[in-house]
Amino acid sequence: MSINDNLFVIIMASAIFYGTPLVFASLGELLAERSGVLNLGVEGMMLLGAVAAAWVSTNVDGPAIVVLPLAIVAAMIAAGLGASIHAFLTITLRVNQIISGLALTIFAGAAGLSSYLAGIWQLGQTPVKQQFGKIDVLGLSGVPVVGPILFHQTLLTYLSWVLVIAASFYLFRTRAGLHLRAVGESPQTADSVGISVSRYRYFHVIFGGSFAGIAGACFSLMIVPTWVDGMTAGQGWIALALVIFGFWRPDLTLLGAYLFGALSSLGLTLQARGIHISTALLSALPYVMTIVVLVIVSNTASRKQLGAPAALGKPYEREER
Amino acid sequence: MSRFGFRLEPRSYLPKWLPWAVPVGSFLAALLVGAIVLFATGQNALSVYGRILDRAFLSEGAFTGTLISATPLLFTGLCAAVAFRIGFFNIGGEGQFVMGAIFGSGIALKLGVDAPGIVSVAAMVVFGAVGGGLWGLIPGILKARFRTNEIITSLMLNYVAAVIATYLIFDSNSFWRELTGSGAVFPKGKILPTGSWWPNLDFGSIVVPFGFVLGMVIAAWLYVLQRKTRFGFEMRVVGGAPTTARYAGMKPARIVVAVAALSGALAGIGGAADIGNFRHVLDPKGLQQSGFGYAGIVVAALARLNPVAVVFVAVLLGGITNAGYALRGPDFPSGLVGVLQGLILFCTLGGEVLARYRITRSVRTPMNASALESA
Repeated sequence: MSINDNLFVIIMASAIFYGTPLVFASLGELLAERSGVLNLGVEGMMLLGAVAAAWVSTNVDGPAIVVLPLAIVAAMIAAGLGASIHAFLTITLRVNQIISGLALTIFAGAAGLSSYLAGIWQLGQTPVKQQFGKIDVLGLSGVPVVGPILFHQTLLTYLSWVLVIAASFYLFRTRAGLHLRAVGESPQTADSVGISVSRYRYFHVIFGGSFAGIAGACFSLMIVPTWVDGMTAGQGWIALALVIFGFWRPDLTLLGAYLFGALSSLGLTLQARGIHISTALLSALPYVMTIVVLVIVSNTASRKQLGAPAALGKPYEREER
Repeated sequence: MSRFGFRLEPRSYLPKWLPWAVPVGSFLAALLVGAIVLFATGQNALSVYGRILDRAFLSEGAFTGTLISATPLLFTGLCAAVAFRIGFFNIGGEGQFVMGAIFGSGIALKLGVDAPGIVSVAAMVVFGAVGGGLWGLIPGILKARFRTNEIITSLMLNYVAAVIATYLIFDSNSFWRELTGSGAVFPKGKILPTGSWWPNLDFGSIVVPFGFVLGMVIAAWLYVLQRKTRFGFEMRVVGGAPTTARYAGMKPARIVVAVAALSGALAGIGGAADIGNFRHVLDPKGLQQSGFGYAGIVVAALARLNPVAVVFVAVLLGGITNAGYALRGPDFPSGLVGVLQGLILFCTLGGEVLARYRITRSVRTPMNASALESA
C-alpha cells in the first residue's frame, strides 16, 4: 500500500476538493461584508450559479476549453443578477439586509427559481456533458503526501487559490481595497473624502455574489456533477459562518473552508474504509463546530474587535450626516 | 444627492389608506412580475394563476387543504414575528419546528393507544412547545451571554435538528422508528395512535383543523401580550431602543432569552400541530422538504410582525403552498411557489420603502431647487 493511500492523505485531499465551493462562496460574501452589506442570499445565489452552469454544460456544444469557462461566466452572471436585487433593495431602498437576503434565498433557492429553471430546461436527468476533472499538475500527483493533496485537484481549486491571493492583495495592498474597508468601517468618513459609498457597495455585493455563482458551479460541474434540486444542501449558510470565523480575512477563510471540507467528507471516507459510524450524526459535526467556534470568536471578537466591519448590516443614509 | 438621479425623502404624513394599499399593491406587483417570468419561460400565466386560485381557495375542499398548509406557516410566522420584534433575528424556526415535531410525536407514542384523546393532544401541544422552546433557548442564551450572532447559530441548529430527526428514523433503532412490518425493510416512523390525531372542527362547508384554531387563539394572545402588558412594553423598548431599555432598568439580556424561548416554543407547537393534524408520523424528509421555518420569516415580514396579520398572511401563502402540492406534476412548473413567495417579499420590502418615503428627482444645487419651487 502506497503512502498516498494513507487515511490522512485521502482526507486532506478530499477536504480541499469538498472545501473548494466554500472558498468561493465565503470569499464573495467576505467582499460584500467588507463593504458593509450582509447578504444572506448566498445559498440562493449558489443555486442560481449551479443551474446556469449546468445549462451551459448540457446545451452548448464545443470543446471543454470553451464550454467550461463559458459555464463559469454564466454562473457568475446568474448569481450576480440575484445579488443585484439584494444590492438595489438594501443600498438604494435601504431595506433590512437580513430580510432582503433571506428573500433572495427563498426566491432563488431550493424550492424557487433555480428548481423552476431546472424544470423548464429539463436538467438533472443526465450528468452534465462537460465537467471539471482532477488534473495532474506538472506530473507531481504521485509525489508522496503533498502530490494527491496539492497537485491532483480540479482547475476550480486552483482558480480559488488565485482568487484568495488576489483578494488578500486587493484588500490590504491597494488603494481601492483601502477605500472598500473604509466604506465598511465608516461610510460617513469615506463619503466625506469623496469615496462613493453606494458605488463601492453595489460593486462588491454584485461581484461577491458572482463568486457564489462559481461556488454553485463547483457542485453542478465538479462535485455531483449534474443538477439536483437544492444540491448545495446548506453550504451557502456555512459560507456565512466561515466569513465570521475567518475574521473577514481571505486566507483564514480558506483554511476554515478546508476544515469544513474535511469534516463533511470524513463520514464518507471512513465508511469507504469499513469504519462504522453514523453518517447522520457525523454530518452534524460541521454545524455544531460552527456554533462552538462562533461562540469562542464572538467572545474574544467583542473585546478585541477582530476585523468585523463596523458598519456591517447598517444602511448608509447620507441625509443623516 | 444620489447618483441614480432620484433620492428618498421621508414622508411628512402617512395617508390613512397607505398601510392597506402597500401590501395589496405589492402583492399585485409580485403577481405581475411572476407573470412576466412565466411568460418569458413559455408558460401561460393566466392559466397557472387560475389553477392556483382554484386549488387554493375555490374548488371543493380546497380551503380546508389551504388551512392545513397554513397551520405550520401560522406558527413559524408567529415565531419569527415575536423574535424579530425585539431585534432577535431567530431564523431557526425550521429547527425549532422539527424539535417540536420530535417531542410532540414522542409523547403521543409514549402515551399510546390507552390515553384519552384530549390528554394526548394537550400533551403534544406542551411537549412541542418544550422541544421548540429548548431549541430556541440555545441561540438566545448564546446571544445574551456571549453576544454570539443569533442568525448563524439558529441557522446551524436547523441543520442539527434535521440531522437528529434523520438519525431517529433512518440511522438508529430509536423509539420513534417503526421496526415491524414494512418498517423492518424501509425505514419509517411509527404511526401515532389515532386517539392522538388532532380533531378537525366541522363548520359545514369548511373543515378547520384544530391546530389552526389553536394558532389563531395564540396569535390573539400574543397581540394582547405585546400591546397590553408590561412584558410586551419591555419587548418594544428593547426592540426599539436597547440603550433606553438599559437606562430604564430593564434587563435586555433576560428579555432576549425569554423571547427566544417563546419564539422557539411557538415554532415547536407548529411542529406538533403538523404531525397531529396532518402527517401523524415523524417524517424527516417531508419536514425538510417543506421548509416551513424559512417560509415563516416571509409570513412575519409580510405581516409587518403583527401577530394578527400573521394569521391572514399565513392563509394566503398557505393557499399558494397547497395549490403547489395539489398541482404538482409535469404540467405545473416546480419551484414556482418559492419564486412567488420571494417576489411577494421583494415587492413588499420595496413597496414599504415607497410608502414611507417619497421619491423625488435629485436636484443638482439648492438654487435649482428653489427655482423649481417658484416655477
